[in-house]
Amino acid sequence: MDPFLISVLSNICLFSFLALSAWLLLIGGEISFGQQAYFAFGAYGAGIASAMWGWPFALALAWGTCLGAGIGAIVAWPAARLSGVHYAIATLAFAELTRACLNVFRYQRDIDGYLTGPDGTNGFRDIRWVYETGIEAGTYLAIIAGLLLGVLALIWLAARLNLMAQLRMVGEDPILAGMQGVHVLRWKIGAAAAAGGIAGLGGALYAHLATYVEPAQFSVMTGVHAVAYGLIGGLGTAIGPLLGVVIDIGLLESLRALASYRMIVFGGLVALILILRPRGFLDETLIAKVRAWARR
Amino acid sequence: MLDLAQNTLDGIATGSAYALLAIGFTLIFGVMRRLNIAFGPSIMVGVFLGAWVHSQWSAGLIGAAVAVLVGAVIASAYVERLSFAAIRGDAALASMASSFAIWMQLEQAVALVFPGRTTAFPTLGQVPDLDLAGLVLRGDDLIILCVAGIVLVLLQRVLFHSHLGLEMRAVADSPEAAAVARVNIARVAVLTFGLAALVGAVAGFLIAASDGQISPKFGLWATMKGLIAMMIGGLGSLRGALLGGLVLGIVEAQAQWYLGAAAREIVVYGLLFLCLVLLPGGLAGVRDSGAARKL
Repeated sequence: MDPFLISVLSNICLFSFLALSAWLLLIGGEISFGQQAYFAFGAYGAGIASAMWGWPFALALAWGTCLGAGIGAIVAWPAARLSGVHYAIATLAFAELTRACLNVFRYQRDIDGYLTGPDGTNGFRDIRWVYETGIEAGTYLAIIAGLLLGVLALIWLAARLNLMAQLRMVGEDPILAGMQGVHVLRWKIGAAAAAGGIAGLGGALYAHLATYVEPAQFSVMTGVHAVAYGLIGGLGTAIGPLLGVVIDIGLLESLRALASYRMIVFGGLVALILILRPRGFLDETLIAKVRAWARR
Repeated sequence: MLDLAQNTLDGIATGSAYALLAIGFTLIFGVMRRLNIAFGPSIMVGVFLGAWVHSQWSAGLIGAAVAVLVGAVIASAYVERLSFAAIRGDAALASMASSFAIWMQLEQAVALVFPGRTTAFPTLGQVPDLDLAGLVLRGDDLIILCVAGIVLVLLQRVLFHSHLGLEMRAVADSPEAAAVARVNIARVAVLTFGLAALVGAVAGFLIAASDGQISPKFGLWATMKGLIAMMIGGLGSLRGALLGGLVLGIVEAQAQWYLGAAAREIVVYGLLFLCLVLLPGGLAGVRDSGAARKL
C-alpha cells in the first residue's frame, strides 16, 4: 500500500479512539474537553513501559489503557457531581493541569548508551519498540485497526446488553433515571473510566507509531476536536464520531490543495451541519428510522 | 513582604484586564445560557484589525482602539448569527461546538492574513511609573486600571440604569417570562453580544498595547483567561467575574514570582480544578446560575 495512505489511515484510526472516548461521555450527558489528558497518560505510560522498563508491547498497551481508565475514574469521582458547564471546564482544567505537569516531568534512564525518557517540554524520544521489532507500517496499521474494531465490538456488545440504553437514560434525564433505580453517579464514573481507557489505549498506540511525544501535542485544541467529531458525525451510534474523524482528517488534511484553508472549510462545514442537525449527521432520529426500515 | 505586596499590585492590574474578559463571557452566558468559546478569538480579530489599521495609516493609539472595537463587534456578530441565532435554544451543546468551529475559522483567517509569528501593536504612551511608598505602579498598569475602572462604571450604568440593561437582566432571569413581557429576545441577544464584544475588546486592546505585540495565539489565551476567571468567581455572576479576574491575576503574579513560569500554569489549573470541585458556586457563591440545566 502507498505509505501516505497508510499514514492517513493510521491517523484516522488513532483519532477515532479519542473521538469515541469523547462520544461515550456525550452519550452519558456530559461534555468533556479533557480527553486528551488520558490520551497523554496512555502515550507516556505505555512509552515508559516499553522503552524504559523493557515490558512487552501488549503489556505496555494494557498498562496505558489501565492508566487512562484508572485516572479517568479518579477524576470523575469528584467531577461527576458537577454538571453542564462546570463538568466541561473541570475536565478542561484537569487536562491543562496534566499538560502543565508533563512540562516539568523528567524521568530519564540510560538505555543502551542513550539517555531515554520524558524530558519536560523537550518531550519523550525513542519509543522504538515497533521499529526495533521490525514491524512494517502496514502491519502496525492492521494492529491499530484491529484494536479499534475490538473497541467497537465492545460498544456493540454493551448496546446488546442494554447498557448503552441505560447510559443514554442517565444522559437524557439523570433525575428520572435515578427514580427508575439507576445509580446515576456510578454510571457517570463508569462511563468516564471506559472513556479514559479508550483514550489511553489510543495514546499508547499513538506513542509507538510516532516514537516521539511532547506535552504540547495534548493541548485543549486536541480535546475540543475530539468532542467536535462526535457532534458532527452524530450521537446516534458509535459510527458517528468515526465519520467525524474521516471528514476532518481523511478529507481535509489529506487534500493538500486545501491545506491552508483547512480550518476555514472544516469550521464552516461544522457550523453548517450543526445548524441543520444539532445532534450531528447520524443522530438518534435518523438511526431509529434506519432501524425501523431495516426491520420491515 | 515588599515582594508580596508588589506582586499583588502587578496582579491587580493584569487581573482587571482578565476581569473584563470574564465579564464579557458572563454577559453572554447570562443572557444565552450557552457558552461562547469563540469569544476570545473574536476579540483577536479586532486586535489584529487594530494592528493592521495602525500599520497601514499609522493611525496611532486612538485609531487602533476604534478598529479593535469595530473588529471585535463584527466578528462577534458573525459568531452570534451562525452559532447562536441559527441554532435552536435547547441545543446548547451544538452552539458550543459550533462556536468552536467558528473559532478555528477566525484563527486560520487571521493566520493567513498575518503570516508572521507576532505582529507589532502600538504601545501605550510614556506614562511615568508611580512610586507608592516603596511600591512601583508601572505607567501601563496605571492606564489599564483606570480604563478598566471607567468601563466597569459605564457597564454598571448600562446594566442597572438603562432600559436595555433591564431587558438583559429580565432575559437572564427567565427567558420565558421576558418573552411574555414582550421583550424582543433576539434583539437583546444581539445587543448582548455587541456589549460583551465591546467590553472584551477593551481588555484585548489594553493587553495588546501593554505587550506591544500580538500573535494568533491570542484567541486561545483570551478564551482561557476569561473562562478561568469566570469559573473561579462563580458562573453567571458579574461580581464573581470581577473577583475571579482579580484573584486570577494576583495568583498568577505570585506563582510566577515565587515558583517560576512552569509552576504558574500548574498552580492556576490546579486552583481552577479544586475551585470547581470544592466550590462549584465560585467565590461569589452563586447558588443557581442555570448552569446545572442541561447543556
